[in-house]
Amino acid sequence: MELVLTLEQIDSDNRENVGGKSFALATMVKNGMKVPEALCLTVEAYHRYLETTGLGARILMEFNRKDFAEVRWEEIWDAALRIRNLFTNTPMPSDLRTSLQSVLESKLSGESVVVRSSAPGEDSLHASFAGLHESYVNVQGVDAILEHIRLVWASLWSDRALLYRQELGLDVEKSSMAVVVQRLISGDRSGVAFGKNPNAPHQAVIESVYGLNQGLVDGSIEPDRWLLDRQSGKIISHFPADRVKEVVAGPNSTRVQTLSAAQQAHPPLSEDEVSRVFRLALQAEEVFGSPQDVEWTFVGDDLYVLQSRPITSVRAEQEQDSRAWYFTLRRSFENLRRLRSRVEDELIPEMEMEAKAFAQRDLSTLADSDLARELASRQQAHDRWKDIYWSEFIPLAHGIRLFGQVYNDAVRPSDPYEFMDLLGATEMVSLERNRRLENMAAMIRGDANLSHRLRNLHYPEPDHPFSVALEDFIDKFGDLSCSEELCTQGGDAIVRLLLEMASRPAAEERFRSGDIEALVENFFSRFEGEKRKDMEELLDLGRASYRLRDDDNIYFGMIQNQLRLALEESKARLAHRGNVQVDGLDPMEVINALNDLDYVPKRVTVTQADEINFEVRPRQLVGQPASPGVVRASARVIDSPSNLFEFKAGEILVCDAVDPNMTFVVPLAAGIVERRGGMLIHGAIIAREYGLPCVTGVPNAASLIHTGDELTVDGYLGIVVKHS
Amino acid sequence: MAEINGSGSRRETLLSEEAELEDLIRELFESQKLAVLGTQNQGQPYANLVAFAPSDDLKSLYFVTARATRKYANIEADARVTVLIDNRSNQDSDFSQAAAVTATGTAQEVVNSERDAVLSIYLAKHPMLKDFVQSPSCALLQIEVETYYLVRRFQNVMELHVK
Repeated sequence: MELVLTLEQIDSDNRENVGGKSFALATMVKNGMKVPEALCLTVEAYHRYLETTGLGARILMEFNRKDFAEVRWEEIWDAALRIRNLFTNTPMPSDLRTSLQSVLESKLSGESVVVRSSAPGEDSLHASFAGLHESYVNVQGVDAILEHIRLVWASLWSDRALLYRQELGLDVEKSSMAVVVQRLISGDRSGVAFGKNPNAPHQAVIESVYGLNQGLVDGSIEPDRWLLDRQSGKIISHFPADRVKEVVAGPNSTRVQTLSAAQQAHPPLSEDEVSRVFRLALQAEEVFGSPQDVEWTFVGDDLYVLQSRPITSVRAEQEQDSRAWYFTLRRSFENLRRLRSRVEDELIPEMEMEAKAFAQRDLSTLADSDLARELASRQQAHDRWKDIYWSEFIPLAHGIRLFGQVYNDAVRPSDPYEFMDLLGATEMVSLERNRRLENMAAMIRGDANLSHRLRNLHYPEPDHPFSVALEDFIDKFGDLSCSEELCTQGGDAIVRLLLEMASRPAAEERFRSGDIEALVENFFSRFEGEKRKDMEELLDLGRASYRLRDDDNIYFGMIQNQLRLALEESKARLAHRGNVQVDGLDPMEVINALNDLDYVPKRVTVTQADEINFEVRPRQLVGQPASPGVVRASARVIDSPSNLFEFKAGEILVCDAVDPNMTFVVPLAAGIVERRGGMLIHGAIIAREYGLPCVTGVPNAASLIHTGDELTVDGYLGIVVKHS
Repeated sequence: MAEINGSGSRRETLLSEEAELEDLIRELFESQKLAVLGTQNQGQPYANLVAFAPSDDLKSLYFVTARATRKYANIEADARVTVLIDNRSNQDSDFSQAAAVTATGTAQEVVNSERDAVLSIYLAKHPMLKDFVQSPSCALLQIEVETYYLVRRFQNVMELHVK
């Protein structure tokens, strides 16, 4: 099988070996259309790389750590990050390199090129992968081309691509990728043409921008747009853009520049040129037998076609599943910056105010029907913020990933998560809370008299520094860490926790400011001038995303607590009636019962399983390595907030999902195990802050492990061993 | 993201886990004909292949051996044995996709009253061994399993203890 083919060498026999994009280019060349010169690296080259380097087996191991259905998207994101690092850190084997090198040098020597994906199945009528994989514009020199080929291969394993394939029911393990290396045509005007408008079948649509197509395709530059009658080719209407900028080839990549006054005043295409582009789209339609989505560019008067693919009704399909959401997983810097200011300046303050307003209402004085209304309104607020959480807070976390990707590309660290250390050097609310707890614990540690009095529940007088600190803490964080015990026992639960903290030396946050500065400087040193300024901004955005990733939950936790308080008050009243079983009732049922004395709530019944032959005991559970280190200690399973106050120094925190409202016990912990997976979840973030071994994404962790079990947490390998 | 409703109860999770693991072991046993048997004599471990068959409840594993063999002598000296059954295919993908079950337990000869029933289970799986098992020089052995250790996905290990 050939590793590299020119467009002229491609025919229908090797269609699967070259992928949809290359095949379309070859078809256009055969039909006399003007296509920039290109080479195609076949699927065979990709497989050769995976086999010779052993990368194929390592990718398989990444994906078989657990059942794909149990993998959360954040874990897929982590796996994608690790896989991308494998590609960037694994050079091409020398024989493959030599054979590619000689062809590239003989065919495209000295040219600037575009390196694009051409995955089999891509650009078919049934599955549009448009924009799913990476393209790199203006790559120069054989070394750089070979490097970018690896990045395009890696994009087959981006979280976006993985989730998309999963949604389409395609087997991720069987996916493969060919790559097109195409001479870069530095067009002065570029655009796309839809031979048939998906929304109005009798029309065609042409969009155009000055400069390269990239800005139009990624949505950063608004195009002029023309609607044409498909039959007559006449222009029906023209929607001029607010023309400001264009994308042009810059050193080793592309850059954005401001248009001249003359360009700003005139559309990129004359009416004649619009007609030429339309005829090009029709020609492509004739060649391929169905209406096409064509990318083209003008160099002076020469019109080139860059690629062509069938128009799919992808928009309608996307509305029916999550694929559209997966596309939001790639956010531009600009977009994230706007999102950040909305979250920081509007949403978080609003959420905090709403929670405070709830907290001011005294539930015990409400009549049943008013309580029902209050419960409903808290449920509503909870659901609304939960939606916002998904639509705005989680996408903001992509600031972390954007930074991570840029960092990994620039620095190529052996630890793909090194960038997290740069982001972590930032202030989080949960750390501030923990610091205050530690300060109070230090007061107890240094004052035997105080310690003795507190053990006997004799609180010092109100103006004692400890009392002041405790009062102040409850004021600021009492609502955050509100568990049933805390609410009913006031400060007692906190004091018990403080006594426990005081019984062992202070836990230290990883103070690494010197190291961090060196890492930051090393990162910045890879960039110059403007680029370096951009990187400073990107780091700032990354840090804000990282901080908010934790803080948003703290504030959302306040809303959740208010809902829970109302639910508990309501259930207590129903239980008082005597005829209602309140365990496991959902809030809707509680509301109905509050409003109607005779209402019999529906309960979920639990089925009994068959007789069993064996007693199952986990021995070694596999998750994701989330913070390095190994520790062997006793487990403390947290399945309700009240367990938190039983936490003993040196235990391993095991839970379903660590939320930041629980992380005040982390300074006491020796390690963390969590069912939820991912590097960016709170358990992992806080574990890294305190330098604790952490394994996340362990299925059924909180069910399979019991309090008191002797565990080894291996944060290097991502495994948890239960000793018998 | 914090979740108000936790996942299913602990008991339910364990019950469904048990059923799932039992199914996995059953499937693995159906797919394989041979097992590695580990015995020992005076501290010297010894491993060899045997054609095995499981009982319906998975609590026993059966195999047949000639009495003149080293494994038979070893079992006479120490009845504690181990068995390994796996589905590896000698490919890179084994590291992620192969499963292996180790059983530990005690071996003894099947007594006359049960011999016919066990033989029919055994021969259903290994019809080609009909002559072998009926040879007077062969013994039909039962391993009473105490614990299964199931390894999947390279490092995931679960134990199943016979109740």
